[in-house]
Amino acid sequence: MNGREINWTALVIVVLLFVVVAIMGFLAARWRRSSEVEGLHSLDEWGLGGRGFGTWITWFLLGGDLYTAYTFVAVPAAMWATGAVSGFFAVPYTIVLYPIIFIIMSRLWSVSHRHGYVTSADFVGGRYGSRWLSLAVAVTGIVATMPYIALQLVGIKAVLTVLGLGSSGNVFLTDLPLILAFVVLAAYTYTSGLRAPAMIAVVKDLLIYLAVIVAVIYLPIKFGGWDTIFSSAQTKLGTVNQATGKPAGVFIPGAANYSAYWSLALGSAMALFMYPHSVTAVLASKARNTIRRNAAILPLYSLMLGFLALLGFVAIKAGTKPIDLDGSVNPQLVVPQLFLDHFPAWFAGIALAAIAIGALVPAAIMSIAAANMFTRNIYRDFIRPDVDPRTEAKVSKIVSLVVKVGALVFVIAMDQSAAINMQLLGGIWILQTFPAVVAGLYTRWFDRWALLIGWAVGIVFGTISAYNVINPVTKAHFGGSVAPIPGTEFSVYIAVSAFALNLVVAAVLTLVLRALKVRTGKDLTRPTDYEADETDPKVVQIEKTQHFTQPGGPSPVA
Amino acid sequence: MSHADGSGYSPNGDAFPEESRLTRDTAIRGPARPAPYIGAGILLAAAILLPLMPQLYSFDAPRLAGMPFFYWYQLLWVPISAILTGTAYWLVTREDRRRRAEVRAGGPPRAGTASADTGLGGDRP
Repeated sequence: MNGREINWTALVIVVLLFVVVAIMGFLAARWRRSSEVEGLHSLDEWGLGGRGFGTWITWFLLGGDLYTAYTFVAVPAAMWATGAVSGFFAVPYTIVLYPIIFIIMSRLWSVSHRHGYVTSADFVGGRYGSRWLSLAVAVTGIVATMPYIALQLVGIKAVLTVLGLGSSGNVFLTDLPLILAFVVLAAYTYTSGLRAPAMIAVVKDLLIYLAVIVAVIYLPIKFGGWDTIFSSAQTKLGTVNQATGKPAGVFIPGAANYSAYWSLALGSAMALFMYPHSVTAVLASKARNTIRRNAAILPLYSLMLGFLALLGFVAIKAGTKPIDLDGSVNPQLVVPQLFLDHFPAWFAGIALAAIAIGALVPAAIMSIAAANMFTRNIYRDFIRPDVDPRTEAKVSKIVSLVVKVGALVFVIAMDQSAAINMQLLGGIWILQTFPAVVAGLYTRWFDRWALLIGWAVGIVFGTISAYNVINPVTKAHFGGSVAPIPGTEFSVYIAVSAFALNLVVAAVLTLVLRALKVRTGKDLTRPTDYEADETDPKVVQIEKTQHFTQPGGPSPVA
Repeated sequence: MSHADGSGYSPNGDAFPEESRLTRDTAIRGPARPAPYIGAGILLAAAILLPLMPQLYSFDAPRLAGMPFFYWYQLLWVPISAILTGTAYWLVTREDRRRRAEVRAGGPPRAGTASADTGLGGDRP
């Protein structure tokens, strides 16, 4: 059954904006290139955009990177379906995020600047002298990123569905626009590297701000003010669900939900900057203080996200019907449908294009980040230790294609809920790299093997706990990301309880291994590395002068 | 270890060259004064902890323009958090600048030790 008509005006606007953005993506290859660098033949150039983005470009890049299409689709969807705990937690999440990155990310920038690190796994390898720990961080990063890219496609798919493209009858035709969009994305990422999403992010973010500001002013006026919107949300969320005998959702969290609410916010905030794509955007900035300045100005996006979340409640009042192609209710269509129902087609087109383009920016950065991790921490560390920068860039470009094809197959071949479950697990897994990365920025106290075992314990515990959460309606596994701490009634985000277990295991084993006098790895960093800024020379440069003053140079034993 | 990016080198940490050459261990900042860091720490701790305490704000009343307290209070925290982080930035970078200036004024001249594109000792943008 194909119950949707194609909305031509909106579709034309979306296609036009998409073409504009694609052209920008290809042109970006020549953007901000220094004259002496010929082509994008190193990871610094291709994978980090030349490591030269200033405060504003970084602001757009990080904004485009962290606030993804899936966020725009899923957060209001959660508000519409289940209310504050699973939806509005995104607001405290993105509030506490920035003080946290203010504290930790400038140190990661400094040590990466000194040593030429491209990924967080590079840093872990250099800090602990352990390529196995580095491998653990890299594999976690890549595995957690894949479903995240797949979810960006889910975001595009939501837009295409409400535009009337595709039918449930012909699978190939349904997915054709999606495949086309991704081929274009893959092509300009391949040629332009990180410069492409950086440039496109500016357009995407401006469109999103425009769409949200207009919607937040216009829609409440249309529906009789926030008062009526909130009261209809309260009614809907308070209605008892026949299947479970419990209210459909949470309007204002009660005491029983407090621990879920704060642990979801805190765990997500700590996890976000462990993802490779966030680190990539930070390391692409040109100065130690760029990320700190951004910590003070990025909250503007959080404000936008908060109002966007409230559009989920607006949709309740508006009676939006998010019906998917097969006739089932799909909450993820709520926001695209809301725009299409209540705005002129041309403006709905702009808003839908903003969401679709919003998928392209993070998808590009994520595939670049995952590719960099593969190149540095698997290919270089385990396959070809003597690889030169040119080959590194070549490998990374190819891997970025592989990663995207993988995500595309994921979305087309598997059930959409598989991608969502994997993303849920990815968030739990990625937080387990926090002790190795963040503790390493401050201290070498932890033992590398203790960290590795702690990581493994956290991952196993988190995976089992998430599997055991049963959806009360469908009785399916992976029914949510919150579970009671074993032996208590205290429900928290599984990533947080796994993280606590991980930390305890790592600390206890560090004491044990120290008592057993197990060899610790070589630390290639110095305390000064963590406070270096852009005017301080890199290690390679210092080394050169040392070679000059000491004939023969120091022995290259490491 | 396999770090082809040139980080596989460690200087003989105990044997500093007599002349004022730049080494991996040359201090790049002077000693810290604790006050700015304590101040920034308090601001950042507040910006992290207070939004994570739903018991402080999980109420319906008072409403603002029809919006329950729970919602508008958290939205209000976005600019508050930005101000707290911005103030912490001001405190920390001011002290940071002072510490670097201290080393650069009293320390060895550092020009000529790196490639031409690294302007040493200059003001940051």
